[in-house]
Amino acid sequence: MRSDLGLAANLTDPFDLRPRRVHEADGRGRRAFALFQAARHPGPLVWIMPSHAPEMPMLRGLPHGVGERLHLLRPVGETDLLWCVEEALRSAPVSLVIAEPEKPLSLTAGRRLQLAAEAGRTTGLMLIRQDSGSNATETRWTCEPLASAADSTPHHWALSKNKKGTLASWTVNWNGASAAFHMVSEARQRYEPAEPPR
Amino acid sequence: MALADARAICPDLATRPADLAREATALAALRRWAGRYAPMVGTDGVDGLIADVSGVPHLFGGEADLRDDLQARLERAGLAAASAIAGTRGAAHALARHGGGIVSDGRLAEGIGHLPVTALRVDQDTAEALARMGLSRISDLISLPRAPLARRFGPGLVLRLDQALGAQAEPVAAEPDAPHFGVRMTLPEPIGLQSDVMAGLMRLLDRLCAKLTLHSRGARRVRLELRRVDRGTLQVEIGLARPMRDPGRIAALFAKGVDEIDSGFGIDALRLSAPVTEAMAPEQIGGGPLLRHDDALADLLSSLGNRIGFDRVLRLLPAESLIPERSFLLSPAAYAAAEPLPRRAGTLRPITIFPPELVTVASGTPPTSFRWRRMRFTTLRASGPERITPEWWFDDPAWRSGLRDYWRIETNEGPRLWLFLTSQAQGWSGAEAQNWYVQGEFA
Repeated sequence: MRSDLGLAANLTDPFDLRPRRVHEADGRGRRAFALFQAARHPGPLVWIMPSHAPEMPMLRGLPHGVGERLHLLRPVGETDLLWCVEEALRSAPVSLVIAEPEKPLSLTAGRRLQLAAEAGRTTGLMLIRQDSGSNATETRWTCEPLASAADSTPHHWALSKNKKGTLASWTVNWNGASAAFHMVSEARQRYEPAEPPR
Repeated sequence: MALADARAICPDLATRPADLAREATALAALRRWAGRYAPMVGTDGVDGLIADVSGVPHLFGGEADLRDDLQARLERAGLAAASAIAGTRGAAHALARHGGGIVSDGRLAEGIGHLPVTALRVDQDTAEALARMGLSRISDLISLPRAPLARRFGPGLVLRLDQALGAQAEPVAAEPDAPHFGVRMTLPEPIGLQSDVMAGLMRLLDRLCAKLTLHSRGARRVRLELRRVDRGTLQVEIGLARPMRDPGRIAALFAKGVDEIDSGFGIDALRLSAPVTEAMAPEQIGGGPLLRHDDALADLLSSLGNRIGFDRVLRLLPAESLIPERSFLLSPAAYAAAEPLPRRAGTLRPITIFPPELVTVASGTPPTSFRWRRMRFTTLRASGPERITPEWWFDDPAWRSGLRDYWRIETNEGPRLWLFLTSQAQGWSGAEAQNWYVQGEFA
């Protein structure tokens, strides 16, 4: 199983989510990050949000090809939401499960989701509020939109937790229409001290 | 009699519109019941039944006893009905609508001769023409020569007359019954274990699915009724995300419902039915990976829908509207196939949309600074306006404030927001007060 999970070498660019694991994203730009990931995952997508959440994905604004693959689940209550996440992760045909839990995820819940993702060979992405993630998560991304010059939509995506790698942060120009992006921050050696993992 | 005339006679008349669908259902039910008198029963118009009772009356003690039995049972059920027995279908039809009775064998001409010609199932024009000729009764027609009659009134009248008198055969055709998708099983000893119920369910499912296959149908809802020894009834019902007739996959969805039931002192009868079915073409078994993939996704949607409700498993479908809220539809994924989004050039749309939220402390057009969700924003760049007018043919309460001018505001703080201004709405604090709302967020 360990060799199964050590797929870090196969990842082609820094934003590939490690498959068969559950990841987390927080910050103001987490929905944009989720849609960026959705555009990069071929196959059916499941987006789970509480039934009373006011924010809805707008079909015409979604990246190309995401709208028709997207299934939206709106369960009532946190228990049903987590059950839906687990069930969707456990089923093989789904490629990416995006969920917006309301309450902080417990370690048990997070671990259980990791097991479900392993069993179903599915990737999960939890869009969490600030500091309400689970320690069992594989990576945690902090995503913020940035102000910039005309005709660019930069995002600041930072890895704030990574179980199998180092932390890093990138400034990316992604226009929200396709899976293509443009790396703004140039490649360099890290000179700032590494933050301790949270 | 027209309704107005009836109301004039009786002002307190209670009226109800005719429910043709329910009447047809009731007639179909009555037709099924009438199968106790004859093997071939068909409907006759919208208000009649016709049964071929050849060789049956002796079982009831004769034609008169059969008719009495029928009338007594209908009366007990609260139905006012007229019935007639005759040697031909046409004669029985005529007599049943004009008093009823029995025409004994070989006396057809005498039996229906006294009836008016309208009883012969002829159209209105022919009946009027016959009345003008002074031919008001069937007996008047029987004695006339055929050729002039056919030449004058058309072959229809002669055909109907021949059918009524038995010169032309007219069989009773019973329409086929709609297939009933229900199977049952009674047990000699009560069962209580979950595995036993599931084993019984599997046997029933095999039979039900064989029946569905025979009629090339697929179940959309499947209901399992369990009868306990204390006469209590338990029910487990599941929905399916698409028509299905695979026993193994349907049984998996029942596992949770069967787990929750209370078997009491035991269950001694099981009944499985498919109340909602849809046409499902035969498909190749063991199809390629694509088919298995689709099946697995449908299974996931079924199990999700059975727990959180099928109206909460949704799909986004494009809609023909320029109003942002109605530019897409949320429809249940189990009942709507995915539609490709039409490629549309136009201004950028946000990735998330929410009900409009009022912005406070907005200054200028477009606002240079504003507060939203307790956060302070200053505008870096604004693009717009894009004016969207309400759909006048559709009264939407959210759009009563008139047309909206949409702006894409890039803030110095990062978020790119979709704001709009309702320029036609008059604020409470005067004309210069502006109503700015946030409705979406861009990537």
